[in-house]
Amino acid sequence: MGLSWMAWTWPTAAFFVFVAACLITLTVWELKVPGGDPRHGVFGIDTTRGDRLFISLLGSAFIFLAWMGLVSTLLWGPLAIALVWGFLVFRYV
Amino acid sequence: MNKTENQKAWLFVLPVVALVAFNAVIPLMTVVNYSVQETFGDNTFFWSGVLWFEQVLHSERFHASLGRQLLFTGTILVIEIPLGVAIALTMPRKGVWLSVCLVLMALPLLIPWNVVGAMWNIFALPDIGLMGWTLNKIGFDFNFTRQPGDAWFTLIIMDVWHWTSLVVLLAYAGLSSIPDAYYQAAKIDGAGRWAIFRHIQLPKMKRVLTIALLLRFMDSFMIYTEPFVLTGGGPGNSTTLLSIDLVKIALGQFDLGPAAAMSLIYFLIILLLSWIFYTVMMRNEEQ
Repeated sequence: MGLSWMAWTWPTAAFFVFVAACLITLTVWELKVPGGDPRHGVFGIDTTRGDRLFISLLGSAFIFLAWMGLVSTLLWGPLAIALVWGFLVFRYV
Repeated sequence: MNKTENQKAWLFVLPVVALVAFNAVIPLMTVVNYSVQETFGDNTFFWSGVLWFEQVLHSERFHASLGRQLLFTGTILVIEIPLGVAIALTMPRKGVWLSVCLVLMALPLLIPWNVVGAMWNIFALPDIGLMGWTLNKIGFDFNFTRQPGDAWFTLIIMDVWHWTSLVVLLAYAGLSSIPDAYYQAAKIDGAGRWAIFRHIQLPKMKRVLTIALLLRFMDSFMIYTEPFVLTGGGPGNSTTLLSIDLVKIALGQFDLGPAAAMSLIYFLIILLLSWIFYTVMMRNEEQ
């Protein structure tokens, strides 16, 4: 039967590889340099590195959706915003 | 002292990982793949990029479904939470009537969702249903199969009937945990009924009410079976909530690309709400 029913494409495969790479990087980072106790950030909630990755990815998804709904389907703009968002989340949240 | 590490516990997690992979992750990956392609069947796909996302985000139909979904969820929350608290406050604290009340409250929760829809469908029919027939007899022009307002009325009271019990049981659990000493102190201070509710009962119910609010929010946001059985989304599209619309697009029209894009947007909204739910609960636990 194979995996043809899953209708894989290179861009979607790259997306999942990116998510998997994020998880592996975070695991290796945690093993090498433990993050310690959760941190109290600007949102007033305690977050670990894993929480921050989740917030970054979820926030990025909404950044892309908002861009596609309000601006255009050219996605370099939201990609730049999402990268800045991810940096700010890991730095301050 | 040497730290003992045992990583064998990870092996016990493997069955769950495999199960989640097969019933959630792999289907979700497929939906992501479908969302950027067009298909005409025969397992043949054509790349379409983010076209379906753009189409769904600009679709008046999607906006209307989302609006109806928010209206439905907002309405049932405004009714069910205060009503549930009010019923919990009037329930007896002990004795045989407490058991009777608890069983009565639990009954609607035990009925399968499709049965609830079928029950209310028959109950509200204007010619043979007890509610529909009675409303028409006393002068209302009630017909939920023809008039959108009546369909909404039936949908809302069906959900209130089905799920207020959950709020009642949670609120009652919160009230039961208040020690008698609080009430005795309030009595000595001469506090009235409202003051007791405002300063003792409500703060003590805060945690369970947060859970009730968020559970009902998420559950009503994903509702499908009851409105589908009751009205099928009609009359017209007047009670077509998000999940019903999604099924119409995916299975009715077989537009897998747009349906997949809509599923992902819907999923992201639910994921955001679930995260808020989890965060609020954890904050309450810490406090």
